[in-house]
Order: sequence, then C-alpha cells, then structure tokens
Amino acid sequence: MALMLALFIGTLIGTGVWLTLRARTFDTILGLTLLGYGVNLFIFTMGRLRVDAAPIVEKTLPGSLLTHADPLPQALVLTAIVIGFAMTALLLAIALRARGEADSDHVDGHDSREAAS
Amino acid sequence: MSGTVAQAALGASAHLVAAPVVLPLAAGSLLLLLERVRPGWVAPASLAATLGFLAVALALLQRASGGAVEPYLMGNWQAPWGIALALDRLSALMLLLLGVLAVACVVYALGGRRGGDDRRGPHFHALFQFQLMGLAGAFLTADLFNLFVFFEVLLAASYGLLLHGDGAGQRARVAASVHYVVFNLVGSALFLIAVSMLYGLAGTLNMADLAQKLPQLPADRQALAQAAALLLLVVFAVKAALLPLYFWLPATYSSATAPVAALFAIMTKVGVYAIARVTTLIFGTTMVEPLLTPLALGTLALAAIGALAAPRLRALVAFLVVGSAGMLLLALGLGTPGTVSAGLFYLVHSTLVAAFLFLLVDRIALARGASDALQPRPLAGHWGVLGAAFFVGAVAAAGVPPLTGFLGKSLLLQAAGTTPWAGWVVALVLASSFLLVVAMARAGSTVFWEGGRAEASNRPSPDAPQGTPAGAKLALVALALGLGAITVGGGRLAAYTDATAAQMFDREAYIRAVLGAPVAPPAHDIRREMREREQAKAKTAAAPQEVNP
Repeated sequence: MALMLALFIGTLIGTGVWLTLRARTFDTILGLTLLGYGVNLFIFTMGRLRVDAAPIVEKTLPGSLLTHADPLPQALVLTAIVIGFAMTALLLAIALRARGEADSDHVDGHDSREAAS
Repeated sequence: MSGTVAQAALGASAHLVAAPVVLPLAAGSLLLLLERVRPGWVAPASLAATLGFLAVALALLQRASGGAVEPYLMGNWQAPWGIALALDRLSALMLLLLGVLAVACVVYALGGRRGGDDRRGPHFHALFQFQLMGLAGAFLTADLFNLFVFFEVLLAASYGLLLHGDGAGQRARVAASVHYVVFNLVGSALFLIAVSMLYGLAGTLNMADLAQKLPQLPADRQALAQAAALLLLVVFAVKAALLPLYFWLPATYSSATAPVAALFAIMTKVGVYAIARVTTLIFGTTMVEPLLTPLALGTLALAAIGALAAPRLRALVAFLVVGSAGMLLLALGLGTPGTVSAGLFYLVHSTLVAAFLFLLVDRIALARGASDALQPRPLAGHWGVLGAAFFVGAVAAAGVPPLTGFLGKSLLLQAAGTTPWAGWVVALVLASSFLLVVAMARAGSTVFWEGGRAEASNRPSPDAPQGTPAGAKLALVALALGLGAITVGGGRLAAYTDATAAQMFDREAYIRAVLGAPVAPPAHDIRREMREREQAKAKTAAAPQEVNP
C-alpha cells in the first residue's frame, strides 16, 4: 500500500509540476490543481497509513494511537483542501480576467513567438 | 461592583494578545456590510479600525518590552495540542511597524475631499483589514500550520489588493497578478509538504514543541528533518524575495496601486520574520548560514544592478525592496546576536523608507502626467518640495549619513566584522550602497532637472491634478517624521533590537513560556455539565419505577 500510494503521489506531483511550468494559464491551473491533490495525499500519509482504525476515540478501545488513526493530519488536510480550492477558484477568475484584458491565454499576456511571426 | 469591573479589565487585557487578529477581522467584516448600507461611513470606520490597531500594537510593545514571552492559548487548550499565539519583543516590534505603515497607507488611500485611491475599485478597505489580520496573525502565531493559514489569509487579501485600481496599468496589473498568484500557490504547496513532513517526524507543529523534539530525533531521521527545514526556508525565501526567487517582486510591486505597494513593503518582511523565527527557535542558525549568506550577498548585488537598470521609478523602488531583503537575510544568515540586532534595526528603517518612496513616486508620477518612466518629461508645478522629499528618501534608502540607513548598515558591518564572511560582507554592502547612490542620483536628476528643462518648451498637460490631497501630504509627512524619529531615537531603537536579538537566541525561555502556559480555569465547563447531565439521566433511567411511578 505504501509503495502504491508513493507512486501515486509522485505521479500527481510530477504531472502537476510539468503542467504548471507550461505557458498557458489553463494548463498552469490544471497543474496547480494536480499539485494540490498530491500535496493533500502527502499530508494524509504523514499521519501514517492505517486500515480499519477510527480517527475519533471509540469508548470500547483504549484512547491511544495504537488503536486509532491520527486525527490531526486529517484535520490539516481538510484545511488544506479548502484553502487550495478557494485559491484555485480565485486564480481561475484572475486568469479569465487576464484572458479578457490581453486576448491571449499566455501567462505573460502575449506570446513572444506569435508576435514575432 | 468595582471588583468585577477590575476583574473584567484584567480579563480583557489578558486577551489583548489576540486583538491584532480579531480587531481587523471584525472591522473587515463590518466594512463589507457598511459598503452596502452606509457607504459614507466606510472611510471613517476603516481609519478608526486602523488607528485602533496601532493603539493595540503600541500597548503590546509596552507589554513585550518587559522581556517576558507572553503566550495566549486560543480556545483555552493546553499548548502543544491547541493553537497558541505568543507575543515577544520581535512580534511586538513587527506589529508596531505594521500599525504605523497601515495608518500611513489608509490615510494616503483616503486622499482628500474628492476621494483617493480607495475609490478606484471595490472593497479596498475590507481587503486592507483582512490583509492586516493575516500579517498580524503571521507575526503572532506560535504554530507552524497556523502560520500557513495566516500566510494564506494575507495572500488572498493581497491578490485582491494587487488587482485594485482602474485605468492605466490595468493590463500590466492583471498579468503581474497571474504570475504572483501562481508563484505563491506553488510556494503554499511546498509549505504544506514541509509542514506535514515535520509533523510526520515530530508529531507536533507547535514551534516551541518542535524546537524541543527535533533534536531528540534518531540520527537517521535528522536528514529528513533537515530536508523539511530547507524546504520551509525555500518557501519563506519566496516571500522574502531571495536571489533565485525574486522575479515576481519588481513586476508585482511596480504595477500595484501606490498605497497597496506601500503596504506590500512589509510583505517581504513577513518572509524575513518567518526565517528569523524558525531559524533562531527551531532549526538553529548554524544550519542556514552557509546557504543564506552567499545568496543574500548575491541578492544585494543583483538589487543594485536592477536599480541601475530600472526603466521606471517604481521598478527602482521595487529593487530597493529586494536589496533591503538581501540586507536583512544577510544579517540573519550571519546568525550572531549582533548581526540579527543590526538586521532588525535595518528592517524598521527599510520598511518605512520603501513605503515612503512608493507613495512619493506616485505623487511624482501624477505630477508628470501619470508617468514614472525615467525619461525627461515636464513636471507640473514646482519641483522643489517633491525633489527635496525624493532627496531625503534617496539618502535614507542608499544608506548615506545622517539618516538611519547609514546607522543600520554601519551596525551590520560592525557586527559582521567578527564573522568569517567579514571581507565579502563589507565589500558587497559598500559596493551595493554606492551603486544605489548612483541609481538614485541618476533617477532624481532625470526626473527633476532634465524634466525642468523640458518644461520650457512643453507646458504641463492640462489634465495634471492641481495640488496634492491632504491625505497624501499627511501620510508622506508622517512617514518622513517616522524616519526622523528612528534617526533621532536610534539609540533607543538599537537598545530594543539588542534586547530582541538576545530574546530570540534564548530559546529555552520561549519554549518554557509557551509550553508552560497555564490554562485559564473555565467559568463554564460544558463537558463537565454534559457529563453530570448524562449521569443524572442514567440514574433516572436505572430507577424509573421510584422516580416516575
């Protein structure tokens, strides 16, 4: 499970970085979204991978991390998801505005190669 | 009766540490409401809230100068588990600087009777208050994840403020915003990775607790902890505009509206503050020294070259901001109490100077027909006052006697003399100061003297604004007076920064204060009441026949 998750996070982050480095705003936003997914999964795994363990104390079990999943990374990841989602929405709005102002979806507002040709 | 009043006052003063976060949050929300129902009240309410913030910052400085670290437990949870704020000399100094800057920016934005920059787009004052909240929270928090959240608050507000404005420069502003937002989102992703790595290693994100637990990690985990620390450093270096990561700054700052750019003068300082906090408290300064010092020296050199090559006045000031960040990171990188103290001294000075110059350059650009290009252009009105003010700003920024820029740089050089980097530091700081003098002199003579010559053939354009709004004058005079005050009171400021540096290097005191913070005895213990109610219910359920026949 650990290997699979690691490969998955690596793929998400690799794709995200590659897309973020592209010169079109839409690609960049997609890349940032994938990067965000990878990071969120990474935060989640930092609470250690546990199967069949509740993050909230069950009365029948002793209240320790031996019998429960760590709830804190799950709370952190929720916060990170909300913030990342809001920021992506904001960036989308700004990118649309930039597209409208400059009539190009290049991140610089103009494509130097297009202008040259 | 008087006893309860005194008790209430005592209780309120214990919560004062949270006030710099709560006050702007409440004010910002209120302003969003007032915009709809009472547009006329927005300006006075915003000004009052900002002045209130300044008053709180002054009170907190008064409290912190006693030398104790004052923790504040949010929601009354014991320290490593709950979120804690902590007020020490460093936070109090940053808060006061922020308060002074914020008042100047709001006054400038309000302008005169015909309205100012705040009318050039919606929600200026509300966004401004949220920005204050994020900055104040970042300065106060004692928890790494909380620091991330406050970074996002201040960034979200800054995206809105950066887009604020209309007319000329809108296209450049939007393009700069895209870069700025994307860059900061990538920074946030790295921040999260670093923070979660630290949590995975130490099982805590409270700064004091991390400082205690990281050195106890087994040797094979130390490398991971170091990787996380350096990743954090990269994130803060993005904010502070260190050498390879500064590209966003000149375009962003030079396209922002003047009061926004002036407030952004403290945004790079948030990065510097965060580096200062985590290196002195958690990771130790020896780890970053071989990395931070050469990069900071490179930033200094690059800022001087950028200032020489700047085609516009605002870009010139933006490169001054980059240079000041270089100076501060150099002071931190050298990592002795002496250099850190000198760096803090320079931080106060450079923030005020950068804000002063951003506002002044806006006035100069308006007097030249809304152009800040470094080319001879006619200047409406008399150049005397603007020229004199620019001269004062240039002297302060370049670090020429008698103003504080010189004091800060000489303090740093003196303190750096005992470190192994002394030769490089002296050479590069002096060379960059010289180049800044050349750049400022060139800019000033182009704008004021060659412009004066062009005036004879080309009368000022009729659409040039007549006179300066009272708010702009007041803000500029206030910032200039602030600069004068730290020059005259330089001794007291230096004594304060010395004490601050000493406190920053006394990690044990911070750890003891935050982790040992006592939980206030609750007036209402909801959990106990619920338990008692449940027990009572269980009793009645166990004996139903007797109670309820």
